[in-house]
Amino acid sequence: MHTIFPLTLTGIGFAPNEVPVLAGIDLRIEGGARTVILGANGAGKSVLMRVMHGLLKPTAGHILWNASESRPRAQGLVFQRPVMLRRSALANVAYGLKLAGVAYDRRSMQARAALERVGLAHLADRPARVLSGGEQQRVALARAWALEPRILFLDEPTASLDPTAARSVEQVIVDIHAAGATVVMTTHNLGQARRLADEIIFLHAGRITERTPAEEFFHRPHSTEAQTFLQGELP
Amino acid sequence: MRDLPDGLSAALGLVAGLDARLLDIVALSLRVSLSAVILSAMLALPLGALLAVGDFAGRRTLTVMINGFMGLPAVVVGLLVYLLLSRAGPLGPLGLLFTPTAMVIAQAVLVAPLLAAFTRQTVEDAWREYREQMHSLGATTRQATATLLWDTRYSLFTVMLAGFGRAIAEVGAVMIVGGNIDGVTRVMTTTIALETSKGDLPLALALGLILIALVLAINALAYVTGAWAQRRLG
Amino acid sequence: MTIVRRSLLATLACLTLGTGPVWSADSFITVASTTSTEQSGLFGFLLPFFEKPSGIQVRVVALGTGQALDLARRGDADVVFVHDPAAEEKFMAEGNGVKRQEVMYNDFVLIGPKDDPASVAGGKDISVALKKIEASKSAFVSRGDKSGTHAAELRLWKIAGIDLDAGKGPWYRDTGSGMGPALNTAASMNAYILADRGTWLNFKNRQNLAIVVEGDKRLFNQYGVILVNPAKHPHVKQAAGQQFIDWILSETGQKAIADYKIGGEQLFFPNARR
Repeated sequence: MHTIFPLTLTGIGFAPNEVPVLAGIDLRIEGGARTVILGANGAGKSVLMRVMHGLLKPTAGHILWNASESRPRAQGLVFQRPVMLRRSALANVAYGLKLAGVAYDRRSMQARAALERVGLAHLADRPARVLSGGEQQRVALARAWALEPRILFLDEPTASLDPTAARSVEQVIVDIHAAGATVVMTTHNLGQARRLADEIIFLHAGRITERTPAEEFFHRPHSTEAQTFLQGELP
Repeated sequence: MRDLPDGLSAALGLVAGLDARLLDIVALSLRVSLSAVILSAMLALPLGALLAVGDFAGRRTLTVMINGFMGLPAVVVGLLVYLLLSRAGPLGPLGLLFTPTAMVIAQAVLVAPLLAAFTRQTVEDAWREYREQMHSLGATTRQATATLLWDTRYSLFTVMLAGFGRAIAEVGAVMIVGGNIDGVTRVMTTTIALETSKGDLPLALALGLILIALVLAINALAYVTGAWAQRRLG
Repeated sequence: MTIVRRSLLATLACLTLGTGPVWSADSFITVASTTSTEQSGLFGFLLPFFEKPSGIQVRVVALGTGQALDLARRGDADVVFVHDPAAEEKFMAEGNGVKRQEVMYNDFVLIGPKDDPASVAGGKDISVALKKIEASKSAFVSRGDKSGTHAAELRLWKIAGIDLDAGKGPWYRDTGSGMGPALNTAASMNAYILADRGTWLNFKNRQNLAIVVEGDKRLFNQYGVILVNPAKHPHVKQAAGQQFIDWILSETGQKAIADYKIGGEQLFFPNARR
C-alpha cells in the first residue's frame, strides 16, 4: 500500500514581498495523529497550512511526501468559511469526486454515503447555500472525506460557527481521524485544542518554537512564547 | 408637442389591431437580436471566464481591449461587417449581405465585447471566493472556467439581457448590413428610422414605445427569474 | 419549476426558428435604389405588379445615388435604379453596367418657409431664386450625401453662377443625410431645401414649409435603370434582373408607374424609349 508519509518540510520559508511570514520551518509529520497548530494572530498558521497542502509555493526550502517531490492527491483542506457551489449538498460533494475522476454512476452513491457519515443525508437535495453554517461546514467535510484523504488539513474550521455547530463539526473531525486520516488543524479555540489534539505545534512570528504532546503542552509548555500565549488567552 | 400623445394612441392602435406587418417586424427584431446574443455568448462567455480565471501572456492587454471595444459605435461594426460580407470582400461568395443572417452576425460582433467584459467581472468576483477551494480540490483551469460559468449562471443571464438590450436597440449595424429591405430585413429600429425620415413622427414614436415596452417586459421577466432563483438556490 | 423552464425554452425556440414571412427565397433580385424613390412610396405600390406574376421577389436597398452605385460597383446588387445621369454615365464608362435605360422622370421643387425671408415664393426661375437665397444668406439645407438630389442641387447652384466654396457660410447647412431627414432638419430650422416632388408629397412633418418654386425645366429629374455587368460580377442574377428591367420598361410597367398617385397627384412620369 502506497503511503504519502512522512511529510517532511525542510528549511521552509515564505516571504512573498520580502516580508518573512514563515522562516526556517523544519517539520516532519509521520501520520496517524491529530496535530493542532497554535499561535497568535499573524503567526503564520494559515500560511503554513496552505504551504503544506500545496496551495502556496514556499519561497525557500522543500517539501517531500515520502521522499517524493510530487504532491499527492489524497489530501484535503477545509477552510474556515465553507465554499459551497450553487447546487445541492449532494452535488457539492459529488463535485469533488468528479474532479478526482470518479465515474458518473459511482459519484452519486459515494457522495450520499459521505453525507450519511456526517449525518446530513436528509439534506442531500437541499441547495447547499441555504444550509446553516455548521451544516455547510459538514458538507465541506463530507466533500473532503469522500475523496478518502490520507491527511486532512483544517484551517480554523469552527471559527465562524456557534458552539453547537462547532461540536458537531468536531465530532466529524474525530470520525474522519478514526477512519484513518491524519488530521492537521489550526484553531484559536484552546478548549477545542484540548479536546482534539494529540500534539501541539506552536508557531510564533513564522517560526516553530515547540512541538509537544498535547497534555504536556497545556500543563507546562516548553517555550516562553507559548507560556505567554496560554496565559493571555482564555480557554 | 402633440406628437407624444398621438404616438401613444397610434401605438395602442397598432398593438390592438395586431397589424400583420408590425408583428412580422417585431418577430424579426426578436429573432435577430436573440440569435445574435446566443451566438455571441457561445464565444464571449467562455472568453470572459478565461480572462478571469486564466493566467496567460497578454491577458491584461486583451482585457483592456475588450473593455474598450464595448464602446464601438454600431455603425462602425456595421461597416466592418459589411466590408467582410460584401461581394467584393473576403466572405462575399457566401452571399450573406442583406439577409437576416448578416444582421445576426453584425449584432453578435457588436455585443461580444460587452458580454465578455461583464462575464469577466462576474466570474472574477466569484473566483475570488472559490479559487482556493477549487485549487485545493485539484481543478484545472478548464474545469474551473466551466464550473464558474455554471455557478454564476443567474448573473450571466442578466449579462446576456444587457447584451440583448444593446442589440435590439441598435440601428447603425443592421441598417448597413441588412439594407432595411421591406419584408426581409426591416426590424423595429430601422422602421423607426425610416418613418422618422418620412416625417411620420407619430408612427415612429408608436413603434418606439412598443420597442421600449417589449424590452421592459423582457427585463421584468429576467428580474423575477433572478429573484426566484436567489430565494431558492442562495 | 421544470414547467416554467420548459415553456421559456419553447418560446425561445419559436422565436429563433422563425415566425417571419415565408418568402420563396430562391428567386429574388437585389435592387439598389435611392432613398427619395423609396420614401415616395413608389416601390411599395409598384413592385407587387411585377412580383406576383413573375414570382421574383424584388429586394430594394435604399441609399443615396452615390452609395447605390458604389454598392453595385462592389457587386452587392443586381440592378441599380437611380437618378443622376452624370454619375450613371460614369458608372457605365467604368464598365460596371450592361446598358443604361431611361425609365421615368419627376421634378425637383424648391421648398421654403412660409414667411419666405428670401422672397422667392411663386417664382418660376430656379436660378433667380437661388441667387436671392445666397444674397440674403437665408438658411438653406443641403443633403450633402452624393445623392442624385444633391448632385442636382450642386448643378443648379453652378447654373445660377454661384461659387459655393466661396459663398458658403453658416446659412448653408450641409447635413449629409437622406431626403427625409434633410426635410426634417429644414422643417425644424425653417430653411429652404431642394427636394424631389415624390418625397415631398409623402412627407408628413412639414411644419411651416411649402413649395416656393416649381416648374422650371432645369428641375427635371431623370431616372435610369442599369443591370449590373455579369462579366464583372458573375454571381449577378442576370436573367431575373433583366426580366425586371424589361417589365419596368414595358407598357404594363410604365402604366403602373403613371398610376402611382398621392392625393390624386401623379408623382412620376414614365418616359422609357422604345
